[in-house]
Amino acid sequence: MRIALFVTCLADTLFPDAGRATVRLLERLGHQVEFPAAQTCCGQMHVNTGYLHDALPLVRHYAEVFKDCEAIVVPSGSCTGSIRHQHAMVARRYGDEALARRAEAVAARTYELSELLVDVLGVEDVGAYYPHRVTYHPTCHSLRLLRVGDRPLRLLRNVAGIDLVELPDADTCCGFGGTFAVKNADTSTAMLADKMRSVLDTQAEVCTAGDSSCLMHIGGGLTRLRAGTRTVHLAQILASAPEGAR
Amino acid sequence: MSRDTRAVTFLGLPTAPRGVGHLRGAEPFPVAARRALADTQLRRNLGKATRTIRAKRAAVVGELPDWEELRDAGQAIKSETMAHLDRYLEQLEASVTARGGVVHWARDATEANRIVVDLVRATGAAEAVKVKSIVTDEIGLNDALAAAGITAHETDLAELIVQLGHDRPSHILVPAIHRNRAEIRDIFLREMADVDPGLTDSPAALTEAARMYLRRRFLSAKVGISGANFAIAETGTLCVVESEGNGRMCLTLPDTLITVMGIEKILPGWEDLGVFMQLLPRSSTGERMNPYTSMWTGVTPGDGPQQFHLVLLDNGRTAALADQTGRQALHCIRCSACLNVCPVYERVGGHAYGSVYPGPIGAVLSPLLTGVEDNASLPYASSLCGACYDACPVKIDIPSLLVHLRARHVDEVADTRRVPSPEAVTMAAAAWVMASPARYEAGQRVGRLGRLLGRGGRIRRLPPPLSAWTAARDAPEPPAQTFRQWWRAEHGDTR
Repeated sequence: MRIALFVTCLADTLFPDAGRATVRLLERLGHQVEFPAAQTCCGQMHVNTGYLHDALPLVRHYAEVFKDCEAIVVPSGSCTGSIRHQHAMVARRYGDEALARRAEAVAARTYELSELLVDVLGVEDVGAYYPHRVTYHPTCHSLRLLRVGDRPLRLLRNVAGIDLVELPDADTCCGFGGTFAVKNADTSTAMLADKMRSVLDTQAEVCTAGDSSCLMHIGGGLTRLRAGTRTVHLAQILASAPEGAR
Repeated sequence: MSRDTRAVTFLGLPTAPRGVGHLRGAEPFPVAARRALADTQLRRNLGKATRTIRAKRAAVVGELPDWEELRDAGQAIKSETMAHLDRYLEQLEASVTARGGVVHWARDATEANRIVVDLVRATGAAEAVKVKSIVTDEIGLNDALAAAGITAHETDLAELIVQLGHDRPSHILVPAIHRNRAEIRDIFLREMADVDPGLTDSPAALTEAARMYLRRRFLSAKVGISGANFAIAETGTLCVVESEGNGRMCLTLPDTLITVMGIEKILPGWEDLGVFMQLLPRSSTGERMNPYTSMWTGVTPGDGPQQFHLVLLDNGRTAALADQTGRQALHCIRCSACLNVCPVYERVGGHAYGSVYPGPIGAVLSPLLTGVEDNASLPYASSLCGACYDACPVKIDIPSLLVHLRARHVDEVADTRRVPSPEAVTMAAAAWVMASPARYEAGQRVGRLGRLLGRGGRIRRLPPPLSAWTAARDAPEPPAQTFRQWWRAEHGDTR
């Protein structure tokens, strides 16, 4: 199937490996990936910081760029959550019902990566090989906005060679929260300290998640402490394969 | 599209007045939170207590196959009640009056305090016993009584600890959650005149000391003061839900009972109570059934208080009701489940919120009651993780309310400032850049200058305001190639 990638502004700019892995993974599964070049940002940061009026053109832009796409994949739970749960709300707040309808239509075809794989493509074993000790952090918006449930874990359990360890207090927020991490930096850091303790308790070498933003936060704390655990996006683990394998 | 098309107008309805009561903090949340985070004893006490309550709640909620349906029912009843609040309030007034009670209407804290002080004065009493009640703390009733020479004795164990400790409550359900046993023992030894000097910190010994202290007050009190968990419009019945029996004492022993109730506590009919008596205990204390549920209807000659006064308080509630999105915060039944699951509350505690309503619900309720400008930092005191919404027994969408109040704040600031704030300028510029692919890509090129700051893929220090990030966390160094550059190199310009 033809799948459009909304890579997100964060992954595009700072974490291109997550985007590349998403492309590699879907192509390996036999799908055609396209990248609408006009895409920019979903506007989540603006909405969640209270700048809904500034988010309005971004909502319009997303709906326009992806209007003809049959399925859109996003390697981020929180951007998918914003598209699905906030775009129409923003349009309606400013009285643009037509945009709200268009936004809802596009949102209904927008999937977070694990949703696309499990629900749309019907795969749980993507043929990946990743010989590392890994723990999975279910990001808040994947968990509670999208209700992805155990889809990411089902995908991870089928990865060959993986040593998957359960993360204690997994459903507790890592403290990122977008501009919260800056506006309430002390509280955010205290939350991160507890999340890092949980991650380190697993003795995993890799902490994975479906959101580059939360991983940027957890990873930023881990490298600052030279903790010896790295963060890797879920797409990169699922895209990993034995040398030369397709 | 103009800013004037924004969804809500607030009709100039009065908010809770300044200078009275406890809805506003002395300092913004991030400042108060920083101090709280440094208190290691507080962190330990809160972490332990919230973890215990969370586990208890999860266990008893998990037992009910129809928990989600109960939540839906609770939400539906509250929505219907708020939609016809005027009618139900008049019905309540009529039914309480018909059963021998006296109903008073208080537009705000000042008026409510004056009414209660006058009522107590009229009895000639210099003391009153109090059932745990957040609404009387919201209006600062104890201070108003003290100013009139009337001593209010808190009788709930945790409220007593707070009162004796000259402290402030920090949790809706367990106001002394920030104290541990050793601290409570010290407070009792210091403040209770005839306490056994050999008092230990065992829960049984502490409870016994409190019981001895309180018993004398129950037996001599002429006036009882309470809040209310529910009021049934149809019958005029008031309901107080508690765990220690102190409430039952206060509600039955004194000759005069004064109940202060926020106007949103009303339920239409008797059968509605059944839903909430299932939702509330499981959500708040993690119990299947509430231990002491007291209900009374007006005055019963020869049995219990012979004078009953009901003070119906607005104090910003009508202003909250006028906010179409915000009004669902008035559905809150004060169970505190959202506090116990909140990762922010668990780490900073209740005092940092500066209001009697802390935690996620407080972060929306306090600004709604006072006006956002008086509690402007509270809507941002959340990572929007959504745990509160999942735990709420009446399904208040707290994360969406927080975003809504942030938007109200941003719009109000834009309306009042002549020059936009630096944040507003940054946000507008970012939106302008993001709205065009060409500008966006130019922005990425500028951002790549960040590579100059990086070492080994990480940036250890950024200028303000991003220095708040790098104070404790590395930032990623921008990669040599963005995703779209890679795509173009691999696939060419496809679209």
